[in-house]
Amino acid sequence: MNAPTHQKGMRITLRVWRQSGPQAAGAFETHVLESVSPDMSFLEMLDVLNESLVGTGKSPISFDHDCREGICGACSLVIDGQAHGPDAETTTCQLHMRRYREGATITVEPFRANAFPVVRDLVVDRSAFDRIIAAGGFVSVNTGSAPEANGLPVPKPAADEAMDNAACIGCGACVAACPNASAMLFVAAKVSHLKLLPQGAPERESRVLAMVDAMDREGFGNCTNHYECGAACPKGIPVASIARMNREFLRASLTSTPPRAANSDA
Amino acid sequence: MSRLDSKAPSGPMAERWTRHKFDLKLINPANRRKFHLIVVGTGLAGSSAAASLAEMGYRVTALCIQDSPRRAHSIAAQGGINAAKNYPNDGDSVHRLFYDTVKGGDFRARESNVHRLAEVSTRIIDHCVAQGVPFAREYGGLLANRSFGGAQVSRTFYARGQTGQQLLLGAYSALERQVGAGRVKLLARREMLDLVVVDGVARGIVARNLVTGEYERHAGDAVLLCTGGYGNVFYLSTNAKACNVTASWRAHKRGAFFANPCFTQIHPTCIPVSGEHQSKLTLMSESLRNDGRVWVPLKSGDKRAPGEIPDSERDYYLERKYPSFGNLVPRDVASRSAKEQCDAKKGVGESGMAVYLDFRDAIARDSEDAVRARYGNLFQMYERITGENPYKVPMRIYPAVHYTMGGLWVDYNLESTIPGLFVLGEANFSDHGANRLGASALMQGLADGYFVVPATIAAHLAGRKLGPVTTDHAAFAEAESSAKERITKILGVQGKRSADSIHRELGLVMWNQCGMARDRAGLGQALEKIRALRSEFWENVRVPGDSKDFNQTLEHAGRVADFLEFAELLALDAQQREESCGGHFRTEHQTPDGEAQRDDEKFAHVSAFEYQGQAQAPKLHQEPLTFEIVHPSTRSYK
Repeated sequence: MNAPTHQKGMRITLRVWRQSGPQAAGAFETHVLESVSPDMSFLEMLDVLNESLVGTGKSPISFDHDCREGICGACSLVIDGQAHGPDAETTTCQLHMRRYREGATITVEPFRANAFPVVRDLVVDRSAFDRIIAAGGFVSVNTGSAPEANGLPVPKPAADEAMDNAACIGCGACVAACPNASAMLFVAAKVSHLKLLPQGAPERESRVLAMVDAMDREGFGNCTNHYECGAACPKGIPVASIARMNREFLRASLTSTPPRAANSDA
Repeated sequence: MSRLDSKAPSGPMAERWTRHKFDLKLINPANRRKFHLIVVGTGLAGSSAAASLAEMGYRVTALCIQDSPRRAHSIAAQGGINAAKNYPNDGDSVHRLFYDTVKGGDFRARESNVHRLAEVSTRIIDHCVAQGVPFAREYGGLLANRSFGGAQVSRTFYARGQTGQQLLLGAYSALERQVGAGRVKLLARREMLDLVVVDGVARGIVARNLVTGEYERHAGDAVLLCTGGYGNVFYLSTNAKACNVTASWRAHKRGAFFANPCFTQIHPTCIPVSGEHQSKLTLMSESLRNDGRVWVPLKSGDKRAPGEIPDSERDYYLERKYPSFGNLVPRDVASRSAKEQCDAKKGVGESGMAVYLDFRDAIARDSEDAVRARYGNLFQMYERITGENPYKVPMRIYPAVHYTMGGLWVDYNLESTIPGLFVLGEANFSDHGANRLGASALMQGLADGYFVVPATIAAHLAGRKLGPVTTDHAAFAEAESSAKERITKILGVQGKRSADSIHRELGLVMWNQCGMARDRAGLGQALEKIRALRSEFWENVRVPGDSKDFNQTLEHAGRVADFLEFAELLALDAQQREESCGGHFRTEHQTPDGEAQRDDEKFAHVSAFEYQGQAQAPKLHQEPLTFEIVHPSTRSYK
């Protein structure tokens, strides 16, 4: 990373989206921060702003965050028009202020999509993703019934590629970046992860049909090959996975018996 | 009957769990749906328990504080999960994992529990592989293992540097499968604010919907707390921001004993603090110590760049002090040694509160590409946070609070001193003694959730007469109004300070006087400061907004209020435990060469505290620990 060098304490102007609830009208609010340390993470910069807002009795800015090390997927934010900000494969919590220059103006918005309604300010409801997983993003194996772990060898390249897809953190940046607010990269990552492993094979068809069906029901758009999702993904999930999902979907549509919910077992 | 009946079985160690399971009552499959279980928290322990119990036929309500169960902090565990598979044929066995864990815990864990953990470890791997967890594999397609955290055998399974993520996503997918099947009701963005006890039995909880601010009552036949550890009492820790002690603490105030709160783990390889804005610390997997060499300049105050300091003027102090384990000594030893070096003014970096972790020799030996293949994601993370390239300049590391071995006291069935209240994962105290070994937290969380509690919960459900209890019961009304009252009181203070600033101050007190090294006088001062901060909070905290809304500042303030009460218990425990063991180092109790000195005669027991009311000192109970198999010896890594 070629960090521009700074003296301590930058002046930063923030234009932040404020919205008191899902039905309320939102608007940008401007705040000027006088001495932002380049070593701060983006969220720490918001912490500092919130401290000053609390100090003056104003309402602090709500934003989702938790692990602050780039793995939980809680943080979101569209920063200057880019989901998770300007750095490739970097979540907002891992973006640092040394990326910005003295005097910069930064615009901060929530992830915007019909399927992700705003809860408050920069916080959105991403529970649609959980419902897609509940529809079929699993291997149906009950605790206690598994065979010996090394009973079924998995070729290393397949395991590695499954891991590339399993690395998805479910943050929703793919949806926020897509002009159609499509969730296909998210769904494709799970379909690919489980398709590439022999453990996922028995439910290969029912899984992709059920997950795509759930995705459509949640109101996500369709893919028209803009590849913005891949550019925004903080974990580098390959967009080629979408092509795999489409193949899997077509194959399942042609070969499987009429779709049944993957989740209809006992 | 003593209130601390561990219910640990007797007889040959290797047969105890099997025999205990046979002796436990069973509930026939058709009857299971009559029972409603409340699972609080959806990390490894909570998700795995909720999924497994629902698969068996119980009705489950699962609550999590995040917007999705997949975000629980188990997700951040990097290194791996231990299991006694002995695939590498290097001499591992259930007995050896058991032995290493008891010894690594510095002889402060219950042998029966630890043996069970080692026994079920192998089935965890089987189950996770069947779920599709993409563990690392060898070219032949079989599972890969590595040695981790100083273990002399390779028993750690891993998925790149994201093992916790992959195991949690496995448990989460199992949980979501049950949600889809209608057997688990999942409630996200909920915070448990109180435990409801009816006729001495845990029968429900009061929670707050964090989006709407509404209070909710949930009644059931058992409550399972899977709410993680209390590391954030130190403010700066590697825990996620939402990690808190509230659920455990409220249960404690309702009668659950709190065990060994002073057993906290400080992880040696974290990225140092960069300034006052610091909101959390980031851990880097200790697998880095397999190839990185830890050093400081030989001369104190040496401000030269690391590359300009020749080998003859470097002190590779771990290799010097512990020739047989070198850089791979256990976490507590590595952390304390770093502190010693920094206290001796040999620390590096701008703050002087760091030591070097240097990959120069590994890169020269194996090539930069080989190092990248092993640790690429960690190096990238380090560079993102610090702006320095660790392939060229040694990393700077410093210890940080990472895990808490203490927690609510549980018996062999994982049941607390409140019947019907079960505690799983990091939230309980049971398996790691005074120090947890690397890659054992994931093992314990999943052992508790997948394999232990699904068997042991029947002892409660079938063994006690559980009359019907609904949320109309007076105990629910009482719990709800006390939760409401507390929140109203916090909002009513309208002082001048943010809860965050008080939390930071508490963290500094805990870190300086109750952290890596503790002494009687310092702990006494800490107790005074904690009490003063608690008064400060209730007189001067300022929380904007109201409770009928999504209010993150209010959520945090409630958690800080509980940390301010809990911190006192932690310091009291540290004060009364007049010995050094594992993560608890009392400077008065050390050997002439500065190693921890246990006192097995006086302290081979679990300290479990009973709440006596706000103004009273807690009552201390002891559960004696007996060691039938692994005889206490001095841990030596020299």
